[in-house]
Amino acid sequence: MIRREINPGSVFTRRALLVGGAQTLLLGGLAARLRQVQVQEGDHYATMAEDNRISGRMIAPQRGRILDRFGTVLAGSLINWRALLITEQTIDVRRSLDNFSAIVPLSDAERTRIERDLHHGKSFIPVLVKEYLSREAMTKIEVNGPDLPGITVDAGTSRTYNYPYDLAHILGYVAPPNESDMTGDPLMELPGVKVGRAGIEKFHDLALRGRPGVVHLEINAVGRVIRELDRTDGVNGDDIGLTFDLGLQQAIQKRLGDDAASAVVLDCRNGEIMAMVSNPSYDPSLFATGVSQAQWKEWTKDRRTPLINKATSGLYAPGSTFKMAVALAGLDAKTISVHDRLNCPGHLDLGNSRFHCWNKSGHGPLDLHQALKYSCDVYFYQVALRTGIDRISAMAHRLGMGTELDIDIPGQRIGLVPTKEWRVSKGHPWQLGDTVVSGIGQGYIVVSPLQLATYAARVATGRAVQPHFTRRIAGAMQPGSQPDDWPDLGVPDPMLQAVRGGMFAVVNEPGGTAPKARLAGQVQLAGKTGSSQVKRVSRQQRESGTFDSKNLPWEFRPHALFVAYAPYDQPKYALSVVVEHGNAGGAAAAPLARDIMTDVLRRDPANRQDGEPSQVAEAK
Amino acid sequence: MIERRLWRESSHDLTGKIFRINWVFVILLCGLATVGYVALYSAAGGSPEPYATRHIERFAFGLLLMMCIALVDIRFIARFSWVAYAFGVALLILVLKIGHVGKGAQRWLDLGGQQIQPSELMKLGLILALAAWFHRATWERMGNPLFLLPPLIAILIPVGLILKEPNLGTAMITVMLGGAMFFAAGVRWWKFALVVIPVPFVARYVYQHLHEYQRARIDTFMNPESDPLGAGYNIIQSKIALGSGGLWGKGYLQGTQGHLDFLPEKQTDFIFTMIGEEFGLVGAIAVMTLLVLIIWAALLIGLRCKHQFGRLVAFGIACDFFFYCFVNIAMVMGVIPVGGVPLPLISHGGSAMITMMVAFGILMSVQVHRDVEFPNTDRD
Repeated sequence: MIRREINPGSVFTRRALLVGGAQTLLLGGLAARLRQVQVQEGDHYATMAEDNRISGRMIAPQRGRILDRFGTVLAGSLINWRALLITEQTIDVRRSLDNFSAIVPLSDAERTRIERDLHHGKSFIPVLVKEYLSREAMTKIEVNGPDLPGITVDAGTSRTYNYPYDLAHILGYVAPPNESDMTGDPLMELPGVKVGRAGIEKFHDLALRGRPGVVHLEINAVGRVIRELDRTDGVNGDDIGLTFDLGLQQAIQKRLGDDAASAVVLDCRNGEIMAMVSNPSYDPSLFATGVSQAQWKEWTKDRRTPLINKATSGLYAPGSTFKMAVALAGLDAKTISVHDRLNCPGHLDLGNSRFHCWNKSGHGPLDLHQALKYSCDVYFYQVALRTGIDRISAMAHRLGMGTELDIDIPGQRIGLVPTKEWRVSKGHPWQLGDTVVSGIGQGYIVVSPLQLATYAARVATGRAVQPHFTRRIAGAMQPGSQPDDWPDLGVPDPMLQAVRGGMFAVVNEPGGTAPKARLAGQVQLAGKTGSSQVKRVSRQQRESGTFDSKNLPWEFRPHALFVAYAPYDQPKYALSVVVEHGNAGGAAAAPLARDIMTDVLRRDPANRQDGEPSQVAEAK
Repeated sequence: MIERRLWRESSHDLTGKIFRINWVFVILLCGLATVGYVALYSAAGGSPEPYATRHIERFAFGLLLMMCIALVDIRFIARFSWVAYAFGVALLILVLKIGHVGKGAQRWLDLGGQQIQPSELMKLGLILALAAWFHRATWERMGNPLFLLPPLIAILIPVGLILKEPNLGTAMITVMLGGAMFFAAGVRWWKFALVVIPVPFVARYVYQHLHEYQRARIDTFMNPESDPLGAGYNIIQSKIALGSGGLWGKGYLQGTQGHLDFLPEKQTDFIFTMIGEEFGLVGAIAVMTLLVLIIWAALLIGLRCKHQFGRLVAFGIACDFFFYCFVNIAMVMGVIPVGGVPLPLISHGGSAMITMMVAFGILMSVQVHRDVEFPNTDRD
């Protein structure tokens, strides 16, 4: 190896330049990486920065109001001050809640509920801490904001029912959504949002809900709101205008008093429901705050079943009110004619059975008009036997009985007008005796008061109207308000006219069964009584002459029914009245029908301003 | 020759020395400190308090200190190299005994209200000590392993102490700094290869024989983004801030990540991110260019120096500065997983600023005294 003098200086120079170059390259590499982050991936990170900075929050829309025909607010919304907790904006949820309960005490039950909601929800969806806060509580919470990270206060809405007792069965009520309501509508996740559970609230829930708005807030790393960036207002729920007349409803309710009864009034030209009373009712606002054990017991033990909407869910044998359907079935099938006279000796024998007329001494020979007027049972036994159950049942269905109606509140019961096939499907043969009793609306036949009213309306107009509540949605008239919206019933008019004449005679001719239903003044009412037996009357009781249903215990007395329409010559309104265990239709139900119809005609909307549109406009 | 004689006559002349100070370098430093002022003004939400004013005050003090040190004869400084080294080691031991615990490691000493980080001083002491040792080196000596043993131990002692704090990042920087000094001093290439090549294998062996929890700690250290709410949070937010700055930035005082506090420690370790967010790639590269200019200015001072001690000191200080810059910027970009390294003269913090200005003072002394007779004593 050749020894040579190497100058440390020159070695240093070379190596220092090398190191300097390497350092420059390394920093250049960082610059290149920086370019990648800032320019190539810049958009990606810009989005992330915006996500950091901006917190979007949903604003609950106001639930649509429910109005009556004249614009009276039946269900509205009140401001409800609430404290909410947004998990993602606080590090220590428990500490925030502890500090909160030092200001506004939280019960153990509330704590448990909050913990459960926190566990289930997404971190950006606020969890309800407490609602219905007072003004003072609100101020305290806002002043103590720094100690309550993640807790915000907002104004929600709560449902208010202005006439809770009167309208419980129609409007229904709202309740917090359950699992089955979580169908992807983000609104459902907002705290305090309620969904319709029954009645109009349930049927029109989607329209009433509206769409949530969004507010974008600039927040810092600990979640403090720096400023509001923008706000997209939600769309409030649509107002639903009903066909319904609150004043009429209240008048009917008052007239029915304490009886377990129901009444349905329809505009028979278009099926609009003017009133639907189920007595007694209940106060659904108690559900919002929690029903006491005692209250619940009272409701469920009451024989008058306040929780059930008798108008749509109560089923009764129609009794003699069914006779128009039997008559129409016979006329339609040409098994009788309008002028055929059938003899009533007071009873009909079929094999070993004897079927009595309500008039033991018999009516003698009768035509259809007279048979309806006197409500002769034997006449209709014979018509039923001639016509057969299947044709009777087909006509009854056509008239709206024992069949599903397009009513716009949930919960209707369909009832039954049987066919032979139905009986066979139950494992029994159809007996002729069954046909006989069907002729007077007894036996297996059960219908609801709503169906009876629809039946009366269809007989009165010859149109297949459907009973309905919805008149306007967000102010816009809905189809169905014009007679022409409804198809013809398909029953020839002379037949209907014959039946109508019979109904006229019931009320207005001497000897009719319901003189008590006669209206004072010019307008004439046509109607039909009915009594439906709850307990079978034995032969012995009947023949001994000691039987009087008034002596029976309340729950065994027959129901009293009445169907009617008015004015006779130009039908406008149809109604049905059912008084549970009210004994005879002529005595108990007819006067009610008279008084109700008097009220209906006095309050005739045709003479009054249809006040809704202006009020709807005001509300928007 | 005439010039040379002139210099000799004025070598102890104060005005002459001041004349020889590298004013371009001083102007570059002032530029860097100004960048710091601007960034810290923004970091305080658009206010000179509490960072920017103190920053510029410290810099003014540091500049004065630098001038004073610049006038001290480099041979005088060289005589105290090992003293400075010993002082640094003593402080490191002290910090282990009574140090202030910050972020899970003992790194800080509280000296009369002023917190200092001994590892920063230690690096300066190490530069001086190694420069002093290699000043005596000849090419032959550099080939003698026994001659290389003492400086190797001089590196390992402080590295061991720093590891004990524990501060893996600074320990690695110290090793690299020592290695760079060895390299510049003329240690043979193959010896570096001998040391560097087995490193991955040894590291692998050690890693496999660690406890589970120790391995987990190293994993998090190497990949903080695997823990987005813990160790990785800062890095992720820093990358978001840089990336959202784009080419031209969001505008001065307009950085959302910084001003809405998503960016942690924005006035210290993450000040570069703040600049990148508000001034974009253009601003960031401008600052990096300034840093590169300072590194080259320091290297140039070394290259122009006539004696080995001055050369190595200047080189070491340039490397020290480079490591600060590189590690800090690489860290805020998530390229390397180190924490707690400030960006010199820009980050808020007194200890690092003063240490750096003392180092630049010594650098300037090398500049001023580049031509003095400073013979390799062994050769005489």
